[in-house]
Amino acid sequence: MIHKYFQNGYYIVLDVNSGAVHVVDELFYNMLDHVSEDLAEECPEEIVRAFSDRWSEEEIRSTYAEMVSLKKEGQLFSADDYAQFADMMVSSPIKALCLNIAHDCNLRCEYCFAGKGDYCQGRMLMTEEVGKAAIDYLLHYSQGRHNLEVDFFGGEPTINFDVVKKVVEYARSKEKEYDKKFRFTITTNGLLLNDDMIDFINKEMYNVVCSTDGRKEVNDRVRARVDGSGCYDAIIPHFQELVRKRENSEYPENWQYYVRGTFTKYNKDFGEDVLHMNSLGFDQISIEPVVADPKQPYALTYEDLPEVFEEYDRLSKIMIEKQKSGKGFNFYHFMIDLDQGPCAIKRLRGCGCGNEYVAITPDGDVYPCHQFVGHEEWKMGNVFDLSINKEMKDNFARATVYHKPKCQDCWAKFYCSGGCNANNWQYMGNVLDSFDLACEMEKKRLECAIMIQAALAE
Amino acid sequence: MTHVKTLNKANLKESCAKGGCGECQASCQSACKTSCTVANQKCENPNR
Repeated sequence: MIHKYFQNGYYIVLDVNSGAVHVVDELFYNMLDHVSEDLAEECPEEIVRAFSDRWSEEEIRSTYAEMVSLKKEGQLFSADDYAQFADMMVSSPIKALCLNIAHDCNLRCEYCFAGKGDYCQGRMLMTEEVGKAAIDYLLHYSQGRHNLEVDFFGGEPTINFDVVKKVVEYARSKEKEYDKKFRFTITTNGLLLNDDMIDFINKEMYNVVCSTDGRKEVNDRVRARVDGSGCYDAIIPHFQELVRKRENSEYPENWQYYVRGTFTKYNKDFGEDVLHMNSLGFDQISIEPVVADPKQPYALTYEDLPEVFEEYDRLSKIMIEKQKSGKGFNFYHFMIDLDQGPCAIKRLRGCGCGNEYVAITPDGDVYPCHQFVGHEEWKMGNVFDLSINKEMKDNFARATVYHKPKCQDCWAKFYCSGGCNANNWQYMGNVLDSFDLACEMEKKRLECAIMIQAALAE
Repeated sequence: MTHVKTLNKANLKESCAKGGCGECQASCQSACKTSCTVANQKCENPNR
């Protein structure tokens, strides 16, 4: 399978199964419309005739010969050999927790997927006892894995920061005995961040996700405090201080952070929010489309896609210019490593939710991921009795691109790996039925990301 | 090649030989939490 597209002056051809990315000329690009995967060794006369109005016979034949050569090298029309690995991760260890340390929040963001912080289960904080039991649960189920991840999530985790500290201390005390390396991350809205928290985060957290939506008017419209007032003026100095200290800290391994926002129907010019974040001194940026019930006024719908795509195009061109002038920054969804990305086996099943990755509630209940929390039918265990619904876990392990019908013929399957299972269930009613709206935006982002690589390779 | 410039080593097939070690980051833990991209993650297998 191949995918070809023309963007920003580049003719780009992806060979889906080998992962090869080719920048080709117009003749090669157009010729692909006239050939099939079982490429003949000699250039057919009808192809010569089809292009002879604009190109010489010699050019046409040499282009065709290069096509044949690429195929022989396994970089064009290569076969899909990965189905044999589809069941490889069934019964895999659990290696990552989303620890919902607080089912409470000091913001009331309009688009919050978590019921404004309490997941519609009542406001609640995780106790130290539950947090430690969650670590024990992870240690119990992670045999065979060295690197473990725990993301402190909510709600807002800084509301319950004493427990965050105690859980980190407890997990660190177990690393040597169990031969594990814990990587902690935290996702915060920044409102309560103080020097003590910042220093602790920069010492202990491998990654920090700082939530803000960009420009003040955009942020404050949807990210409001309990009294309805905006939070921009309070949070930005906190995030700047965190990043400033992080970039100069004595723990350089903990360099990673993202200033991460959500864009909605209200700001389809979200590229301006990315640039605004960059202007504030941040160079690790992520802004993602809101995922919401289409009836909500802020929800993105299919009719918004042309504008969203245009904005991704605009942002990608700006990023190329900035990179070439030595002022580049990272935009999470345009980051792509064409050589050293994940192995094909990882790429078959995406995030690993419900199998390698689970979420833990303040009660100690286990769910496939944070987005399933609060939906009782998806409860798959509890940390205190070390229970796990094996059948549900195995079903998630088998939710691969080979089990999702819409992925079968999709060129992006080894980049997005089947998309978000939670979104599939929420908006399509089935974990295996890909949420088309998200797919369309994912494909556009990938095209931009690869085009940027082509532009920077010049 | 004069009509084609290949940008990468196209090693997806080779990646299976020593792949599946599971030591890499869970993709949703990185920055997204709402949308899943895997290709922007790094392989963490030192033996690959």
